[in-house]
Amino acid sequence: MTPDVPTLLDDMAEQARHHLATRGIDNPIVVGIHSGGVWIAEHLRERLGVERPLGRLDISFYRDDFSRIGMHPQVRPSELPEDLDGEHVLLVDDVLFTGRTIRAALNELFDYGRPASVTLAVLVERDGRELPIAAAIVGAHMELGNTEQIKLRGPEPLRLERVAIEPAEDPDA
Amino acid sequence: MTEVSLAGRPSRLPEPGPLPNRLQLTDDGQLRHMLTIEGLKRELLTEILDTAESFANMNEKAVKKVPLLRGKTIVNLFFEASTRTRTTFELAAKRLSADVLNINVDTSSAVKGESLLDTLRNLEAMNVDMFVVRHQESGAAHFIARHVAPGISVLNAGDGRHAHPTQALLDMFTIRRHKGDFTKLKVAIVGDILHSRVARSQIHALNILQTGEVRVVAPCSLLPADVDQLGVQVYDNLDEGLRDVDVIIMLRLQRERMEHAHLPSEHEFYRLFGLTSRRLQLAHPTCLVMHPGPANRGVEIESAVADGPHSVILEQVTYGISVRMAVMSMVMGVHQT
Repeated sequence: MTPDVPTLLDDMAEQARHHLATRGIDNPIVVGIHSGGVWIAEHLRERLGVERPLGRLDISFYRDDFSRIGMHPQVRPSELPEDLDGEHVLLVDDVLFTGRTIRAALNELFDYGRPASVTLAVLVERDGRELPIAAAIVGAHMELGNTEQIKLRGPEPLRLERVAIEPAEDPDA
Repeated sequence: MTEVSLAGRPSRLPEPGPLPNRLQLTDDGQLRHMLTIEGLKRELLTEILDTAESFANMNEKAVKKVPLLRGKTIVNLFFEASTRTRTTFELAAKRLSADVLNINVDTSSAVKGESLLDTLRNLEAMNVDMFVVRHQESGAAHFIARHVAPGISVLNAGDGRHAHPTQALLDMFTIRRHKGDFTKLKVAIVGDILHSRVARSQIHALNILQTGEVRVVAPCSLLPADVDQLGVQVYDNLDEGLRDVDVIIMLRLQRERMEHAHLPSEHEFYRLFGLTSRRLQLAHPTCLVMHPGPANRGVEIESAVADGPHSVILEQVTYGISVRMAVMSMVMGVHQT
């Protein structure tokens, strides 16, 4: 059984409101990581009533596995609507697994300026972290071991799917 | 193709045709070297243009660099003068965080009698990762690609009259940004087709991308003998060739390659084949004017047209960086183990 995505989004929005309120942040820039993170970020931005346009990151040029697996075949342009200097960023991804995607995303974000803060929000936080990275806003926690992966399918409707890891597959979700 | 000597050592150069693709693609069809456009698949050209699109909006960033090729060394090996091509390759490499070495061969070891292969072996011994090669002989980049160590990529930055693939790709990128779908377009390539490696690569790229109509406009003395095998409509009258076209690509009159008298005079050429404001009106009202540079103003193009509202000549230069970044990152990606 996998959790229902809209329910998780409602819960994430509630956590995000609380997180932003306690820090006195009223107008964050919501940035999603292609492609699942962008879908989640769009819904979260809508639920939070953020008016500033959504940012989209494609981290292909910042990955740490280029020297092992080469260029990702479908790179999309990153679009950050404004300069990030002094801004509060709500960085959104679908699944937090090894942490390597988030490391790459942070590196890319800082090439757009020096944000005042970055808060990480993820739909699913699973086991398997390889870097000291943690999310402040989490839809669901899952223990999947090294035989299973969780994938977000979408964009309409959004649903989570558990899939077996094939031996040759790239483990960076 | 002719028997040539590359800085001292005679070698048979490979024929253009099926062989280059065995050289420039991996077994699973990925780009390993970029030697020629000829024979590449539409999907691969589109993938290069799409990747270039991601690099094209880097100017919005505070830091105009990505760490993709950090720790790689790229050698610009130029046996022939170039400003625009060399500097945009250099900038592309630097924006990918690679280290760049510029070697201008007629001023270095070639003068001391070192052969091309010795030069290559020495650079390989310095653990470089990529050669960007320009050479006056057709087939030179293929020759180098056949002889380099397995982990090294070769990009052709222009070889003789044969090919200039990244120039054609940046032209396709410029056209796609303005016009979108190639299948509805009429494109005219005007001028010295015979001596132009740019024209050859453009014609292959336009046909692979299924351009509606590709025209070449030139006097017979500046057309290659195999023009009827290139998949183009031939016009010897500029006014007729320009009628209703969506894109005009002017070529530079290659005075340094004119070993025989192909033309009565430059003035005569301008009168018959120069792009003027009056002639531009024969084309479609939203027509693009392109030129690979450097333009000979008053020889193939009027200054007012080169600087006018239809001209995208400077955009071509800007996009040249993104397209070269795309090709460099794709070829470096496939060498990994």
